[in-house]
Amino acid sequence: MATVLGIEEIDLATTTRRELNARLHQATGGRWRILHPNGGHAVAVGLNAPLDVDIEGHVGYYCAGMNQHATVRVHGNAGVGVAENLMSGTVVVDGHASQSAGATGRGGLLAIKGDASARTGISMKGIDIVVRGSIGHMGAFMAQKGALLVCGDAGEALGDSIYEARLYVRGAVESLGADCVEKEVRDEHRAEIAALLDRAGIADVPAAEFRRYGSARRLYHFHVDNAY
Amino acid sequence: MLRESATFDRATIAEIHRAAQTGIYDIRGAGAKRRLPHFDDLLFLGASVSRYPLEGYRERCDTDVVLGDRFASEPLHLKIPVTIAGMSFGALSAPAKEALGRGASALGTSTTTGDGGMTPEERLHSETLIYQLLPSRYGMNPDDLRRADAIEVVIGQGAKPGGGGMLLGQKISDRVAEMRDLPPGIDQRSACRHPDWTGPDDLEIKIEELREITDWRKPIFVKIGASRTYYDVALAVKAGADVVVLDGMQGGTAASQEVFIEHVGIPILAAIPHAVESLQELGMHRKVQLIVSGGIRSGADVAKALALGADACSIGVAAIHALGDNSPEYAEEYEQLGTAAGFYDDWHEGRDPAGISTQDDELAARLDPELGGRRLANYLRAMVLEAQTLARACGKSHVRNLEPEDLVALTIEAAAMARVPLAGTSWIPGR
Repeated sequence: MATVLGIEEIDLATTTRRELNARLHQATGGRWRILHPNGGHAVAVGLNAPLDVDIEGHVGYYCAGMNQHATVRVHGNAGVGVAENLMSGTVVVDGHASQSAGATGRGGLLAIKGDASARTGISMKGIDIVVRGSIGHMGAFMAQKGALLVCGDAGEALGDSIYEARLYVRGAVESLGADCVEKEVRDEHRAEIAALLDRAGIADVPAAEFRRYGSARRLYHFHVDNAY
Repeated sequence: MLRESATFDRATIAEIHRAAQTGIYDIRGAGAKRRLPHFDDLLFLGASVSRYPLEGYRERCDTDVVLGDRFASEPLHLKIPVTIAGMSFGALSAPAKEALGRGASALGTSTTTGDGGMTPEERLHSETLIYQLLPSRYGMNPDDLRRADAIEVVIGQGAKPGGGGMLLGQKISDRVAEMRDLPPGIDQRSACRHPDWTGPDDLEIKIEELREITDWRKPIFVKIGASRTYYDVALAVKAGADVVVLDGMQGGTAASQEVFIEHVGIPILAAIPHAVESLQELGMHRKVQLIVSGGIRSGADVAKALALGADACSIGVAAIHALGDNSPEYAEEYEQLGTAAGFYDDWHEGRDPAGISTQDDELAARLDPELGGRRLANYLRAMVLEAQTLARACGKSHVRNLEPEDLVALTIEAAAMARVPLAGTSWIPGR
């Protein structure tokens, strides 16, 4: 561990994950740089202060899980469940993200500059997710609240069993899941799309090129079609 | 002469009529109602010439239990081996959750949140509170993880192993909806799988994440519905569980399909020996504690479960009854609901006259949480006294010292499942 130009550097080649997370939990702010993550799991999880954290390399499962207030940037790819249950703050992945990115997130922003895999935004509960590339199948499965914006394509069964989350896709959607339908894009949606792009630092994608998807609300109550 | 069919009895015919009218499966609360091999099929031998009993009232017979000392720096120290199972705010009213906390705390034991998050009332009134991490993750947040005394990763429930949950719209009040990030009044579904892990290797990583978030302070429980118990317990231990919670098919639910409740999973009596065998083969029996639930009603049930190798028991349905559910006090209102005191199981409908399984403010106000807490505390006291009495009769100075050797079975089925001799013989089927 060292301090370089006011930035706390922690090298995971010589420091344990436990020591890293314990230090980040004790911190109340400041800039942090994590070296040699080497695909390790649960890096920078449970942060609860306005820290500014740069991770120099690839991370494994659950990086920045349950983050509150902190900004975490992954300068590499992220494994399963990056920013799972994100509460607030911002998580940026420079590379690609594995499945269940942003799962169950309740607030904050997850920005993925590459592609994201299956189940992006599964059970999302208020998080905003912006993917510069494409996402895999079952994106926004049982998505409750928040917005998922995909600049590329979406795989099959997008928005299956969706509740009130708002989905925006610029490219092709392979198929929609149960109870997910395309909806009209109105001014307020274009404004939200523009704001999401801006928050994710994407300036070269026109807001007007997105289509909107959401719940048909046909699964909100158990129907009995053949009752008498 | 009227002769009722054993195959098409009145309940079966009524269910056929109901299905033919509605076209949908029956949903209800509580647990399996069918007759199952259970603790009633076991007896304690007691002491005699060959065994030395303890004096029934005065000699010491301890009941405390430590849970979660495998990895956690802050394991739980409970005064009695009976805990309160996870039941959600949403399924239960806020006064009911508070009453559970009050009752459990009075006896020095724990209560558990449920599928819907942690309410301030239950945290305030629960000295020891276990916070569930369920597939739905409703209300999940790291502040509550840190506020909890232990974390329970719920993989399954005895009433419905492999199934998700549901909470019908009439119970999705504004407060419940807000806690779950859902629109009010909709029929809510809870997923059957966790959203960010699949399988035991992932579970190990998930548990590590929870430990990191809570700085390795909190015990991590893993709850499974009783089915392939031997393997599930082994995998939970491998994944790093401090405690395994095993829920048999008699375990309750607030709302599930009847077909699930009655036809999926195995009785707790059959599951405990599998779990204990699994732990023993791994050299982890008593190191990873085993909590069992599903039809625990009395101190006798507790003592028998401990004798089979459990470290503690957990109660859900019994605790609800202790609060006053199905009380004859509300006989007329049960009748208006088309049922009767002692039979009421439509806990999903939110019209519980006792104010327990409801989100209706007027009904909920009928349950005085202080009185409910005292009832539960009394019930727990009685259970513990019963378990101690039986343990002393078997010569044990601590209830956990009860052992299979103290038991015999009344039926061949129970003998085979519990792996104790059929009464009057030395025969254990399969041995």
